[in-house]
Amino acid sequence: MGDATQASPLQDERVKKISPFRKALIRPELGGIVGTIAVFTFFLLFAFDSGMFSSQGIMNWSVVSAQFMVIAVGACLLMIAGEFDLSVGSMIGFAGMLVAIFGVTMGWPMWAAILVTFAICVTIGALNGWIVVRTGLPSFIVTLAFLFILRGLTIFLPQTIERKTIIGGIRDAAEGDWLGALFGGKILGGLFRWLADAGLIGVFDRGARAGEPVVDGIPMLIVWALALVVFGHVLLTRTKFGNWIFASGGDPEAARNSGVPVAKVKILMFMFTAFCATVFAICQVMEFGSAGADRGLLKEFEAIIAVVIGGALLTGGYGSVIGAALGALIFGVVQQGLFFANVESSLFRVFLGVILLGAVILNTNIRRIITGER
Amino acid sequence: MKKILKTLAVAAAIAPLPLTAMADGEKYVLVSHAPDSDSWWNTIKNAIALAGEQMGVEVEYRNPPTGDIADMARIIEQAAASGPNGIITTLADYDVLQQPIKDAVASGVDVIIMNTGTGEQARELGALMYIGQPEYDAGLAAGQRAKDDGIGSFLCVNHAIQQPTLAQRCQGFADGLGIELGSSMLDSGIDPAEIKNRVMAYLSANPDTQAILTLGPISADPTLLALEENGMAGDIYFGTFDLGDEIVKGIKSGVIKWGIDQQPFLQGYLPVVFMTNYHRYGVLPGNNVNAGPGFVTAENLDLIEEFAGEYR
Repeated sequence: MGDATQASPLQDERVKKISPFRKALIRPELGGIVGTIAVFTFFLLFAFDSGMFSSQGIMNWSVVSAQFMVIAVGACLLMIAGEFDLSVGSMIGFAGMLVAIFGVTMGWPMWAAILVTFAICVTIGALNGWIVVRTGLPSFIVTLAFLFILRGLTIFLPQTIERKTIIGGIRDAAEGDWLGALFGGKILGGLFRWLADAGLIGVFDRGARAGEPVVDGIPMLIVWALALVVFGHVLLTRTKFGNWIFASGGDPEAARNSGVPVAKVKILMFMFTAFCATVFAICQVMEFGSAGADRGLLKEFEAIIAVVIGGALLTGGYGSVIGAALGALIFGVVQQGLFFANVESSLFRVFLGVILLGAVILNTNIRRIITGER
Repeated sequence: MKKILKTLAVAAAIAPLPLTAMADGEKYVLVSHAPDSDSWWNTIKNAIALAGEQMGVEVEYRNPPTGDIADMARIIEQAAASGPNGIITTLADYDVLQQPIKDAVASGVDVIIMNTGTGEQARELGALMYIGQPEYDAGLAAGQRAKDDGIGSFLCVNHAIQQPTLAQRCQGFADGLGIELGSSMLDSGIDPAEIKNRVMAYLSANPDTQAILTLGPISADPTLLALEENGMAGDIYFGTFDLGDEIVKGIKSGVIKWGIDQQPFLQGYLPVVFMTNYHRYGVLPGNNVNAGPGFVTAENLDLIEEFAGEYR
């Protein structure tokens, strides 16, 4: 094989030829793909008749997976850039509370409340990144501090302003707001109406909504999840900036020497993670109509779990957004599916732990194949 | 490959479980807002197990592991999608839970609201009924009782500040006493050492405090320790919501004046029994059921003591 490549003058000597099989094997999303197939096979076998694959059931686990996906995309890019963000869960509670305070308590128009919330949260993300880059402390510690700072503020602010920790009325305040609809609305209502009329999906059979389809559209949360996945994937694999992300996480010193603005890349990724958490929060408050001080608890770990199942390395420099999205899908399907399969809910964690461990072992082996280390 | 093997191994391990959990008859799902750490719900689990056994129905218990109400909304949606005969759920946050509950009702699943919520809210959502203890009214009754005993100031130890229903107990208590709630509600958190020390700190900063109200065993048990440590046990007027081993001991020894029993057993047991009879014979009580408040004092303690934490 070596002779053949050497003989061709058109062959670029910087490009090493590898077999398609090996190429497929070293893709970071391989674990995610295998896991997704395994999980769906499992539930199709054990929970097919349980309502899990009815239109309502599919929507249920899709929405949960989409939630994980939104935060996993941010966590994935940040992890590839070599950092963690443990403040994601607190940021979700905090961002939701800000929207409630601006939009309900202070009575701002919802679009303004949302934009200001984004500005504040992304700034906090930048602050996270700036402190990490500036002090050289592990991001684990810095963002752990923000986990408590943001959670504390999320309880303190509404307690001080309204003497309660859940602020409702967001749905009413967002009524007819153009930006609110971008987070809380549903699309393709007509399609589902048509599907229901054609008898392909179920309809409510009593009450005020009798005759309406049980699934009346795709929530914007799912649209956001898919859009973020596409954006993250393109950014990572098709742009120069994507290479910078890999380089910053792989070997920051070498990256710096070859002209990559490592600090800037990392800070931008912290900001993007905060952005994703805010998207999650705003979709949530728009759907449920209230912001609570306990929202988003432990979501930072769920994001990291999705990313790790999806094949990213905790040490940075390696991973894929598609893998993270599949990790989120597996997570969501397992979490919701075990219920449909009528398995005791406490066993969900056992199952999740096994999947996590299996995924990490698989991914470590893949890395050994790539790097040749033993 | 390894992953497939692993998944299959887990599948093989878990596969027999659904079969053992199956039973003849109707299937009901009880959804609570309680995090895994909340032991109070153990009584409810015992109650639904007993009711399920007696009625020959299958009752599942589901809860959001961290107590996140938004996650709870998903669980209700999920429960509805699995097509049970009925859903029994708490209404810990009306804004968040109303839509999933309405959807469940609209898709033909009967719903009974238990524990948290009100009769009016249950009616608005199209639920069959509400079974529980109206929180504000329970607090009010406790406040009026304390007022008759000559109390004029108090500390309310709130271990779940994020749940609006618990704050209503404190508010009701203040209104029953006829004083402002003001800063007498303490956000104690759920860590026992923190609760104990915050209560001691509050009492040393506010030595005039005449009464303490705790909202459940989570806050009552550490508060008991705090009072023992600062010597105010038996001296300060101490009332609490709910029962548990320590609370019962406290009532017996006279440190706790009364406990408000909202009778969780009935909150878990009655919905299952009512729903089963409704589905089998079409009979249903015409009104909501107030499971509480019932005051537990040293006089009526004997039977309660036997089953505290289990069926009481």
